[in-house]
Parts: sequence; C-alpha cells; structure tokens
Amino acid sequence: MIKRIRHVVIKEFIQLFRDRRMKAIIFVIPVMQLIVFGYAVTTDVKDISTAVYDLDRSSESRELFRRLEASGYFRIGYHVSSPFEIQGLMDRGEITVAVQINHGFSSDLKRGNQAAVQVLLDGTDSNTATVAMDYANRIITKYAKDLGTGRIAVSPFGVELRERAWYNPELRSKNYNVPGVIAFVIMLTCLLLTSMAVVREREIGTMEQLMVTPIRPVEFILGKTIPFALIGFFEMLLVTAIALLKFDIPMKGSFLLLFASTAIYLLSVLGMGLFISTIARTQQQALMATFLFYVPAVLLSGFMFPIENMPEVIQYGTYLNPLRYFLVIIRGIFLKNSGLAVLWPQILSLFMLGILVITVSSMRFRKRMR
Amino acid sequence: MSPGTLAVKVRGLSKLFGDFTAVDAIDLSIKKGEIFGFLGPNGAGKSTTIKMLCGLLLPTSGNGTVNGLDIMKESEEIKKKIGYMSQKFSLYDDLSVEQNIDFFSGIYGVSQTKKIERKEWALDMAGLLDRRKTVTRDLPGGFKQRLALGCAILHAPPLVFLDEPTSGVDPISRRNFWNLINEMSKAGTTVFVTTHYMDEADYCNRLALIYRGRVIAEGTPNDLKQKYMTSYVLEIETDRVVEAMETLNRSGIETAIFGSLLHATVDNMEKAMPRIREVLGEAGIRTERVERIVPSLEDVFVSLIEAA
Ligand SMILES: Nc1ncnc2c1ncn2[C@@H]1O[C@H](COP(=O)(O)OP(=O)(O)OP(=O)(O)O)[C@@H](O)[C@H]1O
Ligand SMILES: [Mg+2]
Repeated sequence: MIKRIRHVVIKEFIQLFRDRRMKAIIFVIPVMQLIVFGYAVTTDVKDISTAVYDLDRSSESRELFRRLEASGYFRIGYHVSSPFEIQGLMDRGEITVAVQINHGFSSDLKRGNQAAVQVLLDGTDSNTATVAMDYANRIITKYAKDLGTGRIAVSPFGVELRERAWYNPELRSKNYNVPGVIAFVIMLTCLLLTSMAVVREREIGTMEQLMVTPIRPVEFILGKTIPFALIGFFEMLLVTAIALLKFDIPMKGSFLLLFASTAIYLLSVLGMGLFISTIARTQQQALMATFLFYVPAVLLSGFMFPIENMPEVIQYGTYLNPLRYFLVIIRGIFLKNSGLAVLWPQILSLFMLGILVITVSSMRFRKRMR
Repeated sequence: MSPGTLAVKVRGLSKLFGDFTAVDAIDLSIKKGEIFGFLGPNGAGKSTTIKMLCGLLLPTSGNGTVNGLDIMKESEEIKKKIGYMSQKFSLYDDLSVEQNIDFFSGIYGVSQTKKIERKEWALDMAGLLDRRKTVTRDLPGGFKQRLALGCAILHAPPLVFLDEPTSGVDPISRRNFWNLINEMSKAGTTVFVTTHYMDEADYCNRLALIYRGRVIAEGTPNDLKQKYMTSYVLEIETDRVVEAMETLNRSGIETAIFGSLLHATVDNMEKAMPRIREVLGEAGIRTERVERIVPSLEDVFVSLIEAA
C-alpha cells in the first residue's frame, strides 16, 4: 500500500517538474495574487473629503479638527454652519464625512465629563465609511487621552459600522489582505494542480491503464494528492516569507498553529480539486470548473464583503466555503495571536468540511464504470 | 471442457449504453495458452467486450469467469492476474522509458528481487536496452507499442488482453509485434487480441468475428475458411477498379476492392466468369484477368458481414 502510494507520488513529482505549465502555476500564481491583493486592492483611504460643523467654537474643537487634517486621512474642505448644508454636500457626493462638534464640548472636557463628537458618514461605500470611522475614532480617542481628562464619545451616523481596525493599529489594509492571499494562493494552486493532474490522466488514457492494475482507489487518491499537499505547504511558506520580508506584515501568532490549520484547510481544498476531477472530462473543463468554484469562493469568503451583509441563502452557502473558515483562522493567527482557544470553532468546522468533501469525492471515484 | 482449462468463459455478456446495445449477449470460451483473435470492423464492440472482461466496465448482463474468477464480483482479483494494453497508447509520455517501467512495476507490486530482471526483460523485448533514458514521447510508434506491451506484462500475467495493439504502426513493426505475441503464447500466456486488420487473423489459433455487438462466426482460421466458404472467389483485374466494382454490383455480382484488384463472391463459377467479362465490356472497362483464387480470411469475413 505505502509502496504503491510512493510510486504514484514520485511519478507525480517527476511530471510536475517536467511540465512548464505546472511550474508556472506554482510560482506565478502566488506572485500575481500578492500583487493584486497586496498592492492593487488597497482598502486604505486617504484624503477623505470632509466637512466640519463647529458649534462649540473653542480652541479644543479647533485642535481636534487640526489633528484630523494632520493625519492625512481627512481633507477638510468645508466649514458649514447648518445641518442642511451637510445634507446637501453629502447628497451631491462632495463629502464622505462630516464631523459635528456640539455646544459644550470644551466645557465638558474641562469638567471631566463625557464630551460628544458626531461623525456622519456616507454609507454608500461601506468600506470607505468603515475605514473613515475607524480613523476618526482613533484620532479622537488619542486626543482625549492626550488631554488627560475626560472621555469623548464618538457617535456615528448613517452607516452600520463594524469594529475592524482594532487589531490592525496602523490601519493598513495589506495587513488584512496579505494573510488572505495565503489562503487564496493555496486554494487556487491546489485546485488547479489536483484537478488537472487527474483529468490529464483520464485524457491521455493512462487512467484506464491504472484502473486495470490492482491499485486501490485510496492509494491512487493519496498518491495523487500528497504531492499537491506538499506544494500547498510550499506555497504557504513562500507567501508567508514574502509577506514578512517584503510587505512587513506582522506575524504575531504561532507558526505551529499556522501549519496545523493549513493542513486541515488542505483537506477540503484537495478534496474539492478531486471532486472537480470527477466531473471534468478535459483539462479545459477542469480549468473552467476550478474558476467557477474559486471566484465565488473568494467573493463569498468575507474577504471583501462581510458575510452578514449577504442574502440569507448565500450565507448558508458560505458554510461550504473553506475560505470562510480559513480566513478567520489565518488572520487571527497573523494579526491577533489567536490560539486554539479562540479559533477552535473554525478549525473544527474546517476539519469536518474537509472530511465531508474528501469522502464525497472519493465515493465518486470508481475503478469500474457503469 | 472443464473450466480449469479455460482462461475466459462468458455467457450472454451484454453491454447497453442507454438503449444502444454495444455488445449483444455474446458467449466466449478461450483456452489457456491460445492466441484468440477478436475481429470486427470499427464500432463492432471489441473494446467494450475487453473492458468488461478486464473489470473496467460493468456488464449490463451476463456472467462468466476470467482466470476462474467471477467477472461480476471479483473484478479486483482478476486485475492482479491480467495484462491489458488499451487501444489508445497509454504510457506517460513525459516520463522516460525506464521511469514508465519502474512506475508500472511498482503499481503491479513486482517484488524487489524480480524488479530488475523484469525491467531488463521488458527493455530487451521492446528493443530499448540502449534507450532507457529516452523520454517516451520521442520514441517511434513501433517502439512505443512494444514498450506499452512490456509495461502491461511486467507482472507476468497468465492472460493478456491486447486491444488493437498494431493499429497505426508500420507493417514491419506489425510483423515484429506479432512475433512477440507468438513468443508469449509459446511461453504459455493466453493472448486475447483484437484487430480490424483481417490479414492478422491468420496469426491466431482461434478467431471470433464480432459485428454490431454479435459474434457472427467462430473457429480456427482453417475452419472458418472451409465452413463459411461454399461459394467461389474470383479475382478480377481491370483498368478502372472503382468503376468496375460499381458496375458489377449494379448488375448483381457482389464485389469488393482488394488493393488494386476486385474480388467477386459467386455461387456458380462457370456462369459468372463470362458474365463478368460481358458486363464490364458493355461498360467499356477492359478486363485483364478473371480467375478463381483460394479465399483469404478477409474474403470470408466480407461475405459473412454481407450475409449478416
Ligand atoms: N461509453 C460509451 N457510451 C456510449 N456509447 C459507447 C461508449 N463506448 C462505446 N460506445 C459505442 O459502442 C459501440 C462499440 O464500441 P467499441 O469501442 O467497443 O467498438 P470497437 O469494436 O472497439 O471499435 P474500434 O475498432 O473503433 O475500436 C460503438 O458504436 C461506440 O460508439
Ligand atoms: Mg476499440
């Protein structure tokens, strides 16, 4: 059994390193994805067009506006004198944010009471709005701390906000994106390599030859997937190395946990690759099926749009998406130093999903056709 | 005949694809050690039959044994004791000759002690002793075919299935390949071989002709020639073969083209010979020669298929 698996693994590696396309998949995909998600898709927001509405007219309120502007995130273009003006500017899309400081701000601060700042946001672009709110929050909180007295309550309007900047103190979107890229790269390469490698054997007829040998389906499946699992680990290390060295992404958590959870993630990814290989007849079909799975999997992973905002039916669908779990895990490990105590629900779900997918795909694998 | 002496014994073997019957209730008995030829035109059901016997396809109905093992229930056991060479070339093109051999002997579980010996044997048989590092893709067709055979029998199975092993290779390679088959048979291996080259039928010990999923004739090459040829075969040489064939067929004389000649199958030779000259003369085609010949197996099959 082990001997047969070993023979398939060796053969697979020989073929892998003879095939230019496969090599391209292994090395080009990580670089491309890093560039796309690390540089191009930046959710950092700068120079947000901002209006201020100062009812307090104190040195404290002016100082706060100065700090907002000095951060570089906000460009205060309008000093307004009525709420209607804010409304108008926002309706015309001339501002994304308005900051309103009410009467009594400075006296509240001086007396040590809670002072209030209202931040109004244009929620059309929920991403920018969220980020802007995070920035404003941080700047205002810092100001309150510097004053040493009192607290400032920041109340947002106009958009549902999630706390997201908490663990990303520099507010750099790439810190969020690059760990995600690790997940994407592993998925894309493993799906492609597994499905193509199996379908190619079917296409050239060697599959039929193998099916008349005494090889057991499980031996074939393991022999076919072990090489790609190793490639998956290699990709993980490659992207992690680039992330740490080139992108200065902090890695706060445990490498051991990263390895272990990658292994669990690979179960479902390789399983899906096998599944694709049981439905595709040609390599083109395998390629198409891979992208038909991969693109929605990325879109519905919570990477770009929060899962809670998706229609309910689709939310249920995301439970079958391994990315949904692995993104939480890998971001948790990289940014928050989360351990098993926090991540076990995701890890367990991912494990069960993996077992499910592998079982279903293996069952579709028969040596004798009907 | 006791089942112990039969390598293959099946009854009523059928395969339906949807409502299309690819193989229609065929019976086969193949003795151990013989070269059994399975002949038929394209789409007759040869590959489908082989795949059912090898455990690649589940028969729709029928029963039987291969190497004494039940084809319906013990297909995985059967696989340990057969070799199969599919119609499509099926080695890894991107592996070297040696890597292909090592891979298949690993998959067949050839023991460590025998491995080297079997490898050298296969290389020798394929004539590739000094090209073991060559990438398989770069081999000429005849060598590929022999390497494929070598890889299929690394585990020295007592029964091999060869599905059109000689299709697409040159005549000399074909002859060489048949020599290999002969040697295997002499060494005691049962060979089940399909072909649609009728001229290869004479190499076989026994033959079955399959047409549209049915076995329409069976026996030794000599049996078939005698039993099924009650009529005469005339060889006709003319200057325009195709026109001559069309003209004769139109006037009720069945003819088929054989190379640059025509063969006509007739019941009454005395009447037919002058009639052929007459018909062709009327059409303005010159007849060089008309004479009776000993029928080849190809003639037998053509007449059988026409009768079917
Ligand atoms: N998987 C399949 N599904 C549907 N029809 C099939 C399938 N496999 C074979 N057939 C049909 O069954 C018939 C017999 O096919 P088979 O491959 O056995 O013929 P063959 O005698 O091997 O012909 P050839 O000389 O072309 O190899 C053909 O008409 C073919 O189209
Ligand atoms: Mg065939």
